[in-house]
Amino acid sequence: MTNFWTEGEPIADTAAPDGPVETRWERRQFSAKLVNPANRRKLTVIVVGTGLAGGSAAATLGEAGYHVKSYCYQDSPRRAHSIAAQGGINAAKNYRNDGDSIYRLFYDTVKGGDFRARESNVYRLAQVSVNIIDQCVAQGVPFAREYGGLLDNRSFGGTQVSRTFYARGQTGQQLLLGAYQALERQIAAGNVEMHERHEMLELIIVDGKARGIVVRDMVTGEISTELADAVVLASGGYGNVFFLSTNAKGCNVTATWRAHRKGAYFANPCYTQIHPTCIPESGSHQSKLTLMSESLRNDGRVWVPKKAGDHRDAADIPEDERDYYLERIYPSFGNLVPRDIASRAAKNVCDEGRGVGPGGLGVYLDFADAIARLGRAAVEAKYGNLFEMYSRITGEDPYVTPMRIYPAVHYTMGGLWVDYDLQSNIPGLFVIGEANFSDHGANRLGASALMQGLADGYFVLPNTLGNYLAAGPYPKIGVDHPAVVEARSSVEQRIQKFLSINGDRTVDSFHRELGHIMWEYCGMERTEEGLTKAIGLIRSLREEFWTRVKVPGRGEELNQNLEKAGRVADFFELAELMCIDALHRAESCGGHFRAESQTEDGEALRHDDEFAYVAAWEHVGFGSAPTLHKEDLNFEYVHPTQRSYK
Amino acid sequence: MAVSGAVLVLYLFAHMIGNLKIFVGQADFDHYAHWLRELGAPVLPHQWGLWMVRIGLTVAVIAHIVSATILAVRARKARPVKYAHRPKVQGSYAARTMRWGGVIILLFVIYHILDLTTGTVHPDFAHGEVYNNVVADFAPERWYVTLFYVVSVVAVGFHLRHGIWSAVRTLGQQSARGQRIARAVALAVSVVLTAGFLSVPFAVMTGLVG
Amino acid sequence: MNLKLRVWRQKGPEDKGRMVTYEVTDISPDASFLEMLDVLNERLILEGDDPIAFDHDCREGICGMCGMMINGVAHGPERATTTCQLHMRHFKDGDSIDIEPWRAAAFPVIKDLVVNRGAFDSIIQAGGYITAPTGTAPDAHATPVPKADADAAFEAATCIGCGACVAACPNGSSMLFTAAKVAHLGLLPQGQPERSSRVISMIEAQDEAGFGGCTNAGECTTVCPKGIPLNLIGRLNADYLKAVSGR
Ligand SMILES: Cc1cc2nc3c(=O)[nH]c(=O)nc-3n(C[C@H](O)[C@H](O)[C@H](O)COP(=O)(O)OP(=O)(O)OC[C@H]3O[C@@H](n4cnc5c(N)ncnc54)[C@H](O)[C@@H]3O)c2cc1C
Ligand code: HEM
Ligand code: HEM
Ligand code: SF4
Ligand code: F3S
Ligand code: FES
Repeated sequence: MTNFWTEGEPIADTAAPDGPVETRWERRQFSAKLVNPANRRKLTVIVVGTGLAGGSAAATLGEAGYHVKSYCYQDSPRRAHSIAAQGGINAAKNYRNDGDSIYRLFYDTVKGGDFRARESNVYRLAQVSVNIIDQCVAQGVPFAREYGGLLDNRSFGGTQVSRTFYARGQTGQQLLLGAYQALERQIAAGNVEMHERHEMLELIIVDGKARGIVVRDMVTGEISTELADAVVLASGGYGNVFFLSTNAKGCNVTATWRAHRKGAYFANPCYTQIHPTCIPESGSHQSKLTLMSESLRNDGRVWVPKKAGDHRDAADIPEDERDYYLERIYPSFGNLVPRDIASRAAKNVCDEGRGVGPGGLGVYLDFADAIARLGRAAVEAKYGNLFEMYSRITGEDPYVTPMRIYPAVHYTMGGLWVDYDLQSNIPGLFVIGEANFSDHGANRLGASALMQGLADGYFVLPNTLGNYLAAGPYPKIGVDHPAVVEARSSVEQRIQKFLSINGDRTVDSFHRELGHIMWEYCGMERTEEGLTKAIGLIRSLREEFWTRVKVPGRGEELNQNLEKAGRVADFFELAELMCIDALHRAESCGGHFRAESQTEDGEALRHDDEFAYVAAWEHVGFGSAPTLHKEDLNFEYVHPTQRSYK
Repeated sequence: MAVSGAVLVLYLFAHMIGNLKIFVGQADFDHYAHWLRELGAPVLPHQWGLWMVRIGLTVAVIAHIVSATILAVRARKARPVKYAHRPKVQGSYAARTMRWGGVIILLFVIYHILDLTTGTVHPDFAHGEVYNNVVADFAPERWYVTLFYVVSVVAVGFHLRHGIWSAVRTLGQQSARGQRIARAVALAVSVVLTAGFLSVPFAVMTGLVG
Repeated sequence: MNLKLRVWRQKGPEDKGRMVTYEVTDISPDASFLEMLDVLNERLILEGDDPIAFDHDCREGICGMCGMMINGVAHGPERATTTCQLHMRHFKDGDSIDIEPWRAAAFPVIKDLVVNRGAFDSIIQAGGYITAPTGTAPDAHATPVPKADADAAFEAATCIGCGACVAACPNGSSMLFTAAKVAHLGLLPQGQPERSSRVISMIEAQDEAGFGGCTNAGECTTVCPKGIPLNLIGRLNADYLKAVSGR
């Protein structure tokens, strides 16, 4: 089996200071070299992505006086996928006086990540969380408030304290608009150059340092090389490798994958979070899945028919022929078991042929009891907007017929490996937000991704990047530098290749098929056999892709299929690495469940003695087995325990 | 727009009240017309007062038409390519007819002045005999003139129903209550004005006045 | 379902463009409008035609990327719904549907149904923000905000910048979009210092960008997927009059 990968040197240095965890960040900031404000103008920073991470970083760096060039593939920075986040953002403000603290948020996050995250990073995240809320309020983010005029909080993702700040069901939108507005202010001031509808297709490395990117203007098709003193990737997650996910259609791995191919380590690619309450697929036309707030599980009861292949309407199935399986298997947590457990249980009953709705991929989430108990008005007050969204999409009325839900891929914990400074192993290449691997370990807590994106962008990166730039400006390079020319022509060749294959299958059909393979073998439950099979399937499908794909049109125009082709080509390579990572990690932890590694009652079983490390993968040439570099994780403050929800 | 429109609305009110004097009797009505010409006396010489009103009105009309034209030209520039498929109204019906309504009103006013002020197009016009002029105008055999008056007055009604509400909004009205009130007032004003103006030709036609 | 589509096809900004007819067959009523177009595009690609370009991203009604005139109505017949959230069950088998891009000088067509809405960003650049440099903020609880104001600000802030208001407005005016941002920031205590300068520069910016003037036609709010109410325009006017008279 080891022929799928080889093992290299472990990672020794993560740039984190040691000593007491509470003061590590302060000490790191103090030891960082500063850039003279007069010199900042002369330093150019490229930021790819305008989500919470990239938008806040570009705005802050622009404000600090650097010359910033910002890129996104949408038509406006405001449309980055952070806009879709619903639930909220965590912060250890302890406004509720319910015993919350920086330490508790730190503790919950390390534990929630199933002991696969770095303590120093997580502690810093919890510290900075407090400033995020202040910053956002000052910008005019309209968070929910109580009658006294103070900020409201709710509890989220199974924590005991109320530390989640929210703006109705549109928290991500409001936070992103705050960052977007700050960014637009810097654009108006001339500090940030904005390039919307530009897609990064290659990283430029000169003398071992990241010095620029190759981008394609998605309107004219023009390929250009953009040079800078440092490059920041904030390009989001790669959940779309599964084709169907809750991510936006354009979400991709291209920016980080291209960097990976140029030497940046890709860490923990197999950690994916699957969300249990999404609206199920309604047919083969389905193009993406929509998430519904997990809060629904507070009052809804999950069930399926006891008999396999029971196609009666929900109303015709008598009470004693229903299986409220979560309540049955997990009597103490019932319908409120954590995301991964709820998701896996749903898959299991559907695999037994007991799923409901089209294709049998769905379970009921029934509010009949709640309506009987609380009254329709109370249920409507609590969940009205979610019910409306559901009926808009499905055409069914959840007050009358039970909702159908099914798990869907939602978030990817893996990403480019970065050190404590958020710098990858390539000097000058920084990675922030969902695009990096840090902070969430094997599983992310609800409402913590928004927190991490803004922590990285507003507070962490602007400090650590300065330390790197203090040694700049780096020697000027021209567009005729061989490394620049090489990067550019490789992009051009790739585009020509796509356009010239002229086969008989569409890009989407390949993507859909790849998604099926991933969902089947690298989804909620993974086995050695399945993963090995998946790698074979992926390889042959990829070969077919490169010979049979049909990309219409030209390169020198708006060509949405050409864009997709590039993204899917990278997903193929990522998919293989995900399977290899999942295969090598012969334990279950967080979002990674290996069927071979479970307790007697079917719970995830970690193997801390063998796997308490970050798996950072190095690309060593196409077709060669990737090299694994391990970064050992030490837990000085929060001691590993096994979860149990029985 | 809103300011010139408001001046015009005030004038219309005054004009309607004047017109209603026709119900009081021939002498009174003619006297009223005469009084108009002595407006401001003895401070102002004969007809000066009336001319000041006329100038004020003309300025308002010109300002109103100029701003309406500017808006229309901007709208045209803002959408150089039209939709191939454009369904009926999605907002209010009155709102969509503002421009055409305005043009109808303009044509009407020109005709109307030539008709009842200068008498240019009036068959049996006599200066000073306003009462007779009006009665002759709406004689049953001249139904087409009456019809034109009616159509125009209704157009004025539509124009005002949206116009008044819109003017209030342009001047910053924003609360839900304010909006309800503005809508009600706009509707009331336009109905009162329309009814008031229409009552005259109606009365002449039915012989109530004559 | 089987449908007859007439779709605006335009190769690029310089092309004149025209309506082209397509028949689509076997569409599931559960498909979204964009998924229906996906199905058509898959077929066009295999037949060697150029697929129809249209903007979209989140497909859940929040990013504001999608949007097209469907039978002359921005985002189609369902109220308070973006194109991506419109489902085919709202159409009848055999219907013919006309699909056009947003039409406004400030939103030039890039290709087919894709337009450039950068003018919205320029309006925001003119003042649609609160100057709050990173790291200088006071504690979030330093200034309480009455719940009613916070809620009203939130409602206004839900605008997704889709441009349907402009597309529907007979004057091609961006007033509702601008009004929503002016109200969002103006309702919060943090937004007060820049309140006057903001409204003046944002109005100037929208005029400069080539949008038409608002005559309170009210069609914008009817198509707005987020139901941004018309009275925010009154609020903007009040702010504007106050700002210019105070200048
Ligand atoms: C439906 C949904 C609900 C969620 N709810 C919550 C929640 O309640 N709480 C929470 O904490 N988290 C939530 N999350 C997770 C969270 O929203 C994301 O993890 C986070 O917003 C990611 O932010 P980001 O800035 O890293 O990336 P994104 O916001 O995804 O931004 C990526 C940016 O990169 C650009 N980009 C990507 N590739 C390229 C390229 N090749 N070239 C140029 N530009 C590129 C894009 O244009 C975009 O601007 C949710 C996620 C989803 C999908
Ligand atoms: C002479 C021909 C006229 C033309 C071409 C005309 C045209 C217009 C137009 C295009 C508007 C559009 C503004 C909108 O849609 O809100 C308007 C508004 C208005 N008009 Fe007229 N109009 C005319 C005569 C009148 C008259 C005679 C009156 C009143 C007696 C009047 C009263 C108003 C009012 C009150 C408004 C609302 C102003 C606003 O929106 O702020 N108009 N007119
Ligand atoms: C059916 C209804 C109407 C009747 C019977 C009527 C009658 C008259 C009469 C008799 C005069 C001449 C007064 C005089 O010279 O002493 C007059 C003048 C005038 N009317 Fe009307 N009118 C009517 C409707 C309107 C409307 C709807 C408008 C405007 C939109 C209007 C605008 C004017 C104007 C501008 C003048 C000229 C005033 C001047 O400069 O002397 N009228 N009208
Ligand atoms: S106001 Fe409404 S229609 Fe206009 S851009 Fe905002 S959300 Fe779209
Ligand atoms: S439709 Fe247009 S005219 Fe004003 S009220 Fe709306 S912007
Ligand atoms: S695709 Fe995002 S709103 Fe429609």
